[in-house]
Amino acid sequence: MANFYLDTPELRHYLHHPLMRRIVELKERNFKDKDTYDYAPFDFEDAMDSYERVLQIIGEICADTIAQNAEGVDHEGPVCKDGRVTYAPGTKANLDAVTKAGLMGVAMPRRYGGLNFPNVPYMMAADMVSRADAGFENLWGLQDCAETLYEFGNEDQRMRYIPRICRGETMSMDLTEPDAGSDLQSVMLKATYDEQNGCWRLNGVKRFITNGDSDIHLVLARSEEGTKDGRGLSMFIYDKRDGGVNVRRIENKMGIKGSPTCELVFKNAKAELCGDRKLGLIKYVMALMNGARLGIAAQSVGVSQAAYNEAIAYAKDRRQFGKAIIEFPAVYEILSLMKAKLDASRSLLYETTRFVDMYKALDDIAKERKLTPEERQEQKRYSKLADSFTPLAKGLGSEFANQNAYDCIQIHGGSGFMKDYACERIYRDARITSIYEGTTQLQVVAAIRYVTTGAYLAQIREYEASDVDESLRSLKDRLALLTGKYAEAVAHVTDAKDQELHDICARKLVEMAGYIIMAHLLLQDATVSPDMFRDSAFVFTRYVEGEVEKNYSYVMGITSEDLAHYRK
Amino acid sequence: MGYKIIVLAKQVPDTRNVGKDAMNADGTVNRAALPAIFNPEDLNALELALSIKDKFEGTVVKILTMGPPRASEIIREGLFRGADGGYLLTDRAFAGADTLATSYALATAIRKIGGYDLIVSGRQAIDGDTAQVGPQVAEKLGLPQITYSEEVLSLDGDHIVVRRHIDGGIEVVEGRLPLLLTVNNSAAPCRPRNAKLVQKYKYAKSKSETDEAGGRYAGFTAGRDYLTITEWGVADVDGDTAQCGLSGSPTKVKKVENIIFQAKESRSMTGSDEDIESLIVELINNHTIG
Repeated sequence: MANFYLDTPELRHYLHHPLMRRIVELKERNFKDKDTYDYAPFDFEDAMDSYERVLQIIGEICADTIAQNAEGVDHEGPVCKDGRVTYAPGTKANLDAVTKAGLMGVAMPRRYGGLNFPNVPYMMAADMVSRADAGFENLWGLQDCAETLYEFGNEDQRMRYIPRICRGETMSMDLTEPDAGSDLQSVMLKATYDEQNGCWRLNGVKRFITNGDSDIHLVLARSEEGTKDGRGLSMFIYDKRDGGVNVRRIENKMGIKGSPTCELVFKNAKAELCGDRKLGLIKYVMALMNGARLGIAAQSVGVSQAAYNEAIAYAKDRRQFGKAIIEFPAVYEILSLMKAKLDASRSLLYETTRFVDMYKALDDIAKERKLTPEERQEQKRYSKLADSFTPLAKGLGSEFANQNAYDCIQIHGGSGFMKDYACERIYRDARITSIYEGTTQLQVVAAIRYVTTGAYLAQIREYEASDVDESLRSLKDRLALLTGKYAEAVAHVTDAKDQELHDICARKLVEMAGYIIMAHLLLQDATVSPDMFRDSAFVFTRYVEGEVEKNYSYVMGITSEDLAHYRK
Repeated sequence: MGYKIIVLAKQVPDTRNVGKDAMNADGTVNRAALPAIFNPEDLNALELALSIKDKFEGTVVKILTMGPPRASEIIREGLFRGADGGYLLTDRAFAGADTLATSYALATAIRKIGGYDLIVSGRQAIDGDTAQVGPQVAEKLGLPQITYSEEVLSLDGDHIVVRRHIDGGIEVVEGRLPLLLTVNNSAAPCRPRNAKLVQKYKYAKSKSETDEAGGRYAGFTAGRDYLTITEWGVADVDGDTAQCGLSGSPTKVKKVENIIFQAKESRSMTGSDEDIESLIVELINNHTIG
């Protein structure tokens, strides 16, 4: 029987990273749950064994159910009638399978019915689900919203909502409006307090809401009358059982067709405040988005994997000029680069996820007791690393997913342009990953400060200081030269003291940093598991050399005077 | 009210994906080359039992299997999917059993368990394909039986209505508990393993397995009775050794022949639109045309 976990040994490699010991120790608080819950681990090895077993369950469901349903779901899609959404039959079967397998609320604490898994295995599940069907990942992955409820809701709200999610109810995050997309400060949906009934009422319209007919919604709304910016926005919980929200229509999209994208009409919908007033956007949505961005980074890796698998299978099977096309250098060069980009983005994904796990576990402990000075330091360090790495993982990972989807079609030639192969669906599904939860351009805006503050450079220096296998040292030396070029390009742009020039060059600089980081991560991977990663480490370093040189000469050549040619 | 259900399950070599080394030179199955799995129709049987458990609170589903010590894997697999416990019948005296000796052993174990309302098994196992064990167990226990079951349409007290999948159609039959059902592969597929149950039951072990592990998890398993898989030998179920295993098996294999398919695979189909369309789809999918 096929299994997406067992057929991708890279996942197991990342699951067994040395930092997992600390992550599990923090997440399980000395394994105190073992006497209260019959499914809680009693030591580190036991916990790791449980992650493996559960990932195998997901791997099996992905291969046998979700991937099998992907094509049908893509064709049929959801239907909207009388204000309600009905999923495609395949989507329903998928949801039924993941619910029966107990895979909702994966990262939630056990006292609410969750599995209390760290983000690393949780993102691995997202990685596999996305490979099976990127559109389904959106529905399943929206359990992320439970994390926001857990972090910012009060205990009463947690007790009322999170167990429902763990039992299989779905969620949505209602942020975007017709005039508030990337610029969420302009959200207008109105929240007014209903004194008579002691609750909030929501009125207005939301647009582009993934899974908008979900059971439990997190809604960003303007609670402070007369305000115009983000400081007048609060976050609310809307329970579908209360009624008041209808789906006006669902979008006809290019890809991820199984996931309903809804336009919602709120008519005096009863809602409750989550957290404090006015912190909706500036604190809660920012946290929510960071989690969601990590999810999209995982989705991108899954799509990349799907694209690579389809491409290599076709290249082995398709014969031209008397041999399989994979034997032609022009073809295997593309495939090796696809694999290298896949491995690089996956390595960055799990490095970032470990950083997220570290600071979140410490944050959670801080709810119960004061952290020691060492723990506070640790929390600060990983929180900063997570913030700086998340936009790289999402931004660059999603671009790689798109490049791999493009190359996957290229390998298929004319057949790839037909609707007969999975590659065309993968191509359409990949496209959204570099747009939603913040476009690549917005990821660059988030990342560029870590270029200028030197945070990326400092992390690269740490990687340089870590030991790699003898056979990989020459690659590491080559990366050191590239890091010199990166530092030079950064200095060139900052010295110009021209904000516009700085903005124009931002993406090039972020890419340089990200690529060098990914190459270092692959060297570490290849040191631990040479058979799995040595080729990718080599191919990717070679690729990065070309890209860094390209960006370097672009950045070093551009001057403030040139900008006039770019303005439109 | 809840029901007490016993699911008969067998660990079988996975004969669905046989490679070159699936058979030994002497014509016997090379079990080492084939992964041991939960017999597919026994999984349908387990699902049928679990769906009754979903509807009737207090229902208890237990797995009964006979086999070598490692057949306790089947019981764990059942626990991971929602069963409440299991019994492993294992004894050298049970080895080499044909369907008669197998049903004898299972029937004695079921009598020992007692108090059951329903016995559910798959129609047949993919290694032997006899479809005899379920019916023989029913006969030995003096129970009515409904074979080829596809779905329980209703269950009310001791009155059960079942849809059977028979050649060329379906049949709806009624019965009174206690009875035995054999379940077809057209019944609902079994639910997946559950993440919490896998973590809860992964250390569930039979006595022989516990002895082998040398007490590594003793501190953890103490006080957790649900982690004990009941293990019974012939004596535990008051069995008559003469009726068990090889000595209780009148079936004798006269000869084993290796058959090599000479003709290419052939298939007949009608000229209906439906058949033609399905052929076209198949040929497009395997790239013969298009």
